[in-house]
Amino acid sequence: MRIRYFAWVRERVGSPEETIELPEGIASVRDLIAWLAGRDEGHAAAFAEPDVIRAAIDLEHVDHDTPLAGAREVAFFPPMTGG
Amino acid sequence: MPEWKPAIRVQPEPFDAAAEARRMTEGRKDLGALVSFVGLCRDEGGTLEALELEHYPGMAEEAIGAIAREAAERWPVAAITIIHRYGRIAPGEPIVVVLAASAHREAAFEAASFLMDFLKTRAPFWKKEHRRDAGPGDWVAAKASDDAAAGRWRPARGAK
Repeated sequence: MRIRYFAWVRERVGSPEETIELPEGIASVRDLIAWLAGRDEGHAAAFAEPDVIRAAIDLEHVDHDTPLAGAREVAFFPPMTGG
Repeated sequence: MPEWKPAIRVQPEPFDAAAEARRMTEGRKDLGALVSFVGLCRDEGGTLEALELEHYPGMAEEAIGAIAREAAERWPVAAITIIHRYGRIAPGEPIVVVLAASAHREAAFEAASFLMDFLKTRAPFWKKEHRRDAGPGDWVAAKASDDAAAGRWRPARGAK
């Protein structure tokens, strides 16, 4: 599964993307955030406040309860500030 | 759904909003109103050197397309053009243009306003400030007032 990061989430993680093997028992976006936060200091800093983090699965906004089943690309980023 | 497609571009280059407006209305006699909104990079009282806009390629186009389709379902608009830049943008330069055309002004005004409110809160772009005195600075924080602006539009019929 391809994981992508943007803006300060990307900076804190220290990488724009990574490919992971989804561990068993990680079923939702919320589960994935908690698992990623435990990987290293950068990930922990990026996901220190999980409620602030927005997520997308295969280019569509999703909330943290969304199941990961069938997802090819999951992205994490701060609230958007375009326009 | 309308038969026409909104014109959507996500690009690093500057754009000419007036030329885009001419292109959208050229040869048409059914349009009675054209609303054009251009978002510009301001210098924050002389302290800002530039804005750096990061985006999520692919999702940016998808999200803007979804917002434009929703506007076209809510109001009888006849044409929509949206161009959003990314990369480094200097004070005075345009960041985004939204053009909405319709037979009557109300639909064009409201659709343009709706499009901007949702571009700010739903399109995957992030602004970083480069300060004159301090170099690369902070990411711009999302404003509660922008969420409130998007929240004032009631859900469309049939929406979740």
